[in-house]
Amino acid sequence: MGLGGFFTGKLDEAIGWARKYSIFQYPFVTACCGMEYMATACSHYDVDRFGAGLPRFSPRQSDVLFVVGTISHKMAPVLKRVYDQMCEPKWVVAFGVCTCTGGFYDNYATVMGIDTIIPVDVYIPGCPPRPESVIDGLMKLQEKIAAGAQRY
Amino acid sequence: MGGRTRREIYLGEGSGTGSGSQHLYVNMGPSHPAMHGVIRIVAELDGETMVNADVEIGYLHRAFEKECEAGPYNNAIPYTDRLNYVSPLINNFGYASCVEKLLGIEATERCQYIRVIMSEISRISDHLTCIGASAMELGAFTVFLYMIKAREYLWELVEDVTGARLTISYARVGGVKADLPDGFALKVLKAFKETRQVLEEVDKLLTGNRIFMDRMVGVGALSRAETIAYAITGPLLRAAGVSYDVRRAQPYWAYDRVEFEIPTGRNGDNYDRYLVRLAEMEQSMRIVEQALDALPGGPINVDWEGRAIDPASYVDRGKQGKTEGLLLIPITLSPNLAGLERPVHRAVNVADKRVVLPPKEDTYGSIEGLMNHFMLIMDGYGIRPPKGEAYFAVEGANGELGFYIVSDGTDRPYRVRCRPPCLPPMAALPRMIEGEMVADVVPTFGSINMIAGELDR
Amino acid sequence: MDGQAILLRLTSTFGPGIVETHDHRGDHTAVVERSMILEALRFCRDDPDLQFNVLMDLTAVDYLKYPEREFGPRFEVVYHLYSLPHNHRLRLKVRVEEDDARAPSAVPLWPIANWFEREIWDMFGIRFDGHPDLRRLLMYEEFQGHPLRKDYPVNKRQPLIGPRN
Repeated sequence: MGLGGFFTGKLDEAIGWARKYSIFQYPFVTACCGMEYMATACSHYDVDRFGAGLPRFSPRQSDVLFVVGTISHKMAPVLKRVYDQMCEPKWVVAFGVCTCTGGFYDNYATVMGIDTIIPVDVYIPGCPPRPESVIDGLMKLQEKIAAGAQRY
Repeated sequence: MGGRTRREIYLGEGSGTGSGSQHLYVNMGPSHPAMHGVIRIVAELDGETMVNADVEIGYLHRAFEKECEAGPYNNAIPYTDRLNYVSPLINNFGYASCVEKLLGIEATERCQYIRVIMSEISRISDHLTCIGASAMELGAFTVFLYMIKAREYLWELVEDVTGARLTISYARVGGVKADLPDGFALKVLKAFKETRQVLEEVDKLLTGNRIFMDRMVGVGALSRAETIAYAITGPLLRAAGVSYDVRRAQPYWAYDRVEFEIPTGRNGDNYDRYLVRLAEMEQSMRIVEQALDALPGGPINVDWEGRAIDPASYVDRGKQGKTEGLLLIPITLSPNLAGLERPVHRAVNVADKRVVLPPKEDTYGSIEGLMNHFMLIMDGYGIRPPKGEAYFAVEGANGELGFYIVSDGTDRPYRVRCRPPCLPPMAALPRMIEGEMVADVVPTFGSINMIAGELDR
Repeated sequence: MDGQAILLRLTSTFGPGIVETHDHRGDHTAVVERSMILEALRFCRDDPDLQFNVLMDLTAVDYLKYPEREFGPRFEVVYHLYSLPHNHRLRLKVRVEEDDARAPSAVPLWPIANWFEREIWDMFGIRFDGHPDLRRLLMYEEFQGHPLRKDYPVNKRQPLIGPRN
């Protein structure tokens, strides 16, 4: 992409546009938030409208890691491993307050926010977040993906 | 090639003869595509046959029991929401009823009916999710979409009543947070009509479906004796032909005043479990309809001595402009809430002290409400059951959900134990899948309806 | 049989093996000597009048900070039994000292005791003699201590990866 600023910019924009509508997500579902994740993914709220309808259950084939639900210290190494297996470019969404900060589970068993283990792009707070706020978070992620393509 | 089978070529000498010398170890989970929930199964395989399995749980251990000990009695209620997060209302009410048993009080008639109604709505949504998710794992994606659609209708009802879709925190010790909204019965009837349509469609799609039956009939079966020895309750026990249901065996709330049947199976396999769950949803709807018809008027909460609280006393007088009565009440709020006047407050308020938190309008609108609120919230005050212990069981969506609470006479539970209905079937999972094919793990696991929040607490 | 009759039956059968009995809020409880508990459980399961065929729950309580019990036996292992044929319940308890925190395993009687006992070992550190596979159930092997003991701080973390917050 070294043919000159103008052309590079346009190409990156095109790539970003394409990427943001083809989100292959890896749902790392552990807890309660999974129920709202199901509700968001199904026909009532229909996340497919945003090009994110198809979950890929192999980390190597997915772009966005949805961390849905509380991460305990027993689970943390698994999460880290899944994240490491994903190919660049990759994004992480912290779904629900337990993944954002640990929520009200301030005890010996739980991780206080997954950003102590892996980097996070979008935080969706709520316990669990309503489908509307999940979709809002997804749209924020799309903006970020579209803008971020110019980094590469 | 002689007598050597293809399998021997891949797996080595002797593996095709059934001698089992070349067992393969396969790890499933804790993050596995075909399984909802975080468990790890280390399977020992002979070809495609499961020889042995080791199930590891605890990936969602969130210290529910320790957290409950850290706060006053009502603070544990949000944690109980997140035990079985598919039917949180049943957990809520189960915990609240156990504390009521410790206190020796009983909820009012209307409250008991409300608890029955909301529990059954919760049970339906749990069974919908269970059948939907396990059908999806067998490839029937349409069923999943239909079931989640029906669950949305029920969650709209729950949201109308509690203000939240999933983690509702609706129960209070001695009652519930608020009364049912106006026109609730009509909404329920409408939602049930839609749900029944969905169930009819699903029944047509699945019950006689050849592929579905091939995957379910005779798979994951457990004999009746073994089911009992593993302390399995709920739909799994009923599918094995034992009609044990806490709602019938030891009726609580208003369950002895409604009519319902206990569907049972015969073989205890996955297919019977599916049929039992399907039939139970219809029974739950029957219970709700009867309870709505019989719903008595009157108060929904009781005070600490078990006396009913009149709903009229909940009306915020200050907002109605009736302030003259308030001035006569000889209580002034200390500027320092933990200060010198604290014992005086206790003396003034002890007769008024209740188990149930006053509604927010009262807390913010009147001095008695505010005092009442503080007396329940302040450290060292609040609900104080006498020393002792109690076990209270309700019929959760997956079986007997028991709470065992030990009180030391203070405002915090000394020990809260939740008897998780999911744990016994998970302990028996290796027995269920022993000798089956690898692919049968998925429908068996789906029929158990493991909920990690409840399993690991 | 009603609860009082069950307790009477137990005391008449085991005599001094039953340390105390009580009935609080309709829950009938018998505290059994540790050496007798397995026999008591077996009796409850097999006696035709009792037939407690379901071990509904098995848990423990740490009485370290309980008023007036600070010096007594620290732990109690609590068995909740239920009878499907007779529809009655019973609670049996065993008191266990801190420096000799062990109890006989009920796995030969009910297979479900396997996981329940593993959980108690994990959470309270009570060993069960004769248990076939006493590993931690909920926490990981690297975890030090037993979190549901009263002297374990609620937010003392032992992370496997990440910062020790």
